[in-house]
Amino acid sequence: MTLSVDIRHSLGDFALEARFESAGRLTALFGPSGSGKSTLINLIAGLIRPDKGRIAVNGRVLVDTEARVFVPMHKRRIGMVFQDARLFPHMSVAGNLRYGRWFTPSSERYAKMNAVVDLLGIDHLLDRRPARLSGGEKQRVAIGRALLASPKLLLMDEPLASLDEARKAEILPYIERLRDETKIPVVYVSHSVAEVARLASDVVVLSQGKVAASGPTEAIMQRLDLLPAEERGEGGAVLDTKVLRHDEAFGMTVLASPAGEIRVPKLAMAAGAPVRIRIRARDVMIATGRPEGLSALNILAGTITAVRPGIGPTVEIAIDCNGAIVLARITEQSKHTLRLARGQQVFAVIKTVSFDSATTGAGLPVEADG
Amino acid sequence: MNWLLDLTPDEWNAVWLSIKVATVAMIASLPPGILLALLLARGRFWGKTLLNGLVHLPLILPPVVTGYLLLLTFGRRGPAGSFLAEHFGIVFSFRWTGAALACGVMGFPLMVRAIRLSIEAVDRRIEAAAGTLGANPLWVFATITLPLILPGLIAGAILSFAKAMGEFGATITFVSNIPNETQTLPSAIYTFTQVPGGDEGALRLTLISIAISMVALIASEVLARRVGRRMDIE
Repeated sequence: MTLSVDIRHSLGDFALEARFESAGRLTALFGPSGSGKSTLINLIAGLIRPDKGRIAVNGRVLVDTEARVFVPMHKRRIGMVFQDARLFPHMSVAGNLRYGRWFTPSSERYAKMNAVVDLLGIDHLLDRRPARLSGGEKQRVAIGRALLASPKLLLMDEPLASLDEARKAEILPYIERLRDETKIPVVYVSHSVAEVARLASDVVVLSQGKVAASGPTEAIMQRLDLLPAEERGEGGAVLDTKVLRHDEAFGMTVLASPAGEIRVPKLAMAAGAPVRIRIRARDVMIATGRPEGLSALNILAGTITAVRPGIGPTVEIAIDCNGAIVLARITEQSKHTLRLARGQQVFAVIKTVSFDSATTGAGLPVEADG
Repeated sequence: MNWLLDLTPDEWNAVWLSIKVATVAMIASLPPGILLALLLARGRFWGKTLLNGLVHLPLILPPVVTGYLLLLTFGRRGPAGSFLAEHFGIVFSFRWTGAALACGVMGFPLMVRAIRLSIEAVDRRIEAAAGTLGANPLWVFATITLPLILPGLIAGAILSFAKAMGEFGATITFVSNIPNETQTLPSAIYTFTQVPGGDEGALRLTLISIAISMVALIASEVLARRVGRRMDIE
């Protein structure tokens, strides 16, 4: 799938000027509120018409103001999951799910009712009315409804923003399954580093109506300067790992990563399962020699590849640990004292307990202590 | 009880005629009522305030004036009346159809108002959601908007029916008071009050009139509640 966007649109004082291409499995449109992400997704869905520009999906032009092309939303075959689920209150869950099928030519119907119901775990809800569903259930039904219209592209506009942490944790695994098990490309709007780092293959960063950066998630999450101020502490390295084994005695899970073994609080996942983890830059300490007599369990050897000024009196240090880049955010003073510089051999130190459900994904039992 | 139901044929006719006129007025008003309510709730066009005023006019004008205006336009010599009679064979003047027209016009503002309010209460974002699922605007209206405004539709229809049952001034001005043709319940009651010894008949018809109105109101309540339960909106 390739999504190519090049548009200009103004709403009152706000001007959106965005240009990017993405071919990712799940592309995140990321930025603080008011950055224009929702406007952008509404433009792709066809809910609004851009002042100027062009949007194409897989070469099919949806809007081209110069060529006077505007495909109305009901002909775009683009699914949309809204922040508020927007289920039809006068239909049952099953009726909601079947709605889109009606309008899909039978030759293009690839989504199967049973498969989607299983994927989202909504079998027991089919006879209910939307008013009788919890927030998390509503959102799962809304995802199912969009999928069953067999869309060519699925847009999700902050689908978790109105839910509490427990409900978010309930839905995230389903979105991961959707990303991994179906072939539908997804564009996902979010202002949360945790969601983007966990779900996205590619990120487009929006800031004040402009594209500030775009690229693979691993690269973007290292650019702390791109993150909104209140989310900056959440930035850091994103590593794809596998569950190696569980350490039952100490309630830990050992993950295999290119940088070496990483110990995190126990995850409810089978050995061999892929886990994407995020190591917050602020959680990483740097030692110039292999530390001894230290409680932290994760000590990764690597080479400094970059030293960048950070926000305030801090520096960001990128450490290449056997191909995986780990980012550390430390004070100017520490950098000065340790005389850290590019090319230096160092050890990145990460406490096991600094990992939590927001950085290791679902399935975490009660927070381990110690 | 016998006293109440022991009606003369003319009185029975007045009862049946009233129900027929009110039902036809209600059903015939629904399509243009929905259309105008949609236009007023969602349309953005020049002259919207004027149109809104025109729709509400029968509510403000003395019924006699409305009846007289109908007579001028839809009477045999009126422009609309002569056109319809010539091309479609539809005659309003001094016929029960004229009574239905007068009742429909008088109840129209009430119906449009009720439907318009329910359309304005519909969450347009839900309609947009249906659009992203592939439904064109006509399907969105039929499958989302229409079911969601059903309670307002029922309320508007019942209001129009109730107004028609009670309409007097415009009807008698437009189509007069002809037994078996245009003499509805209110006209019949009025006739009774104009003749000596007509009190008993007037009272009988009054009680029947009350009964019909009550039944219509209760039916609308039950219907609206059932629709509401089906919809299950919290």
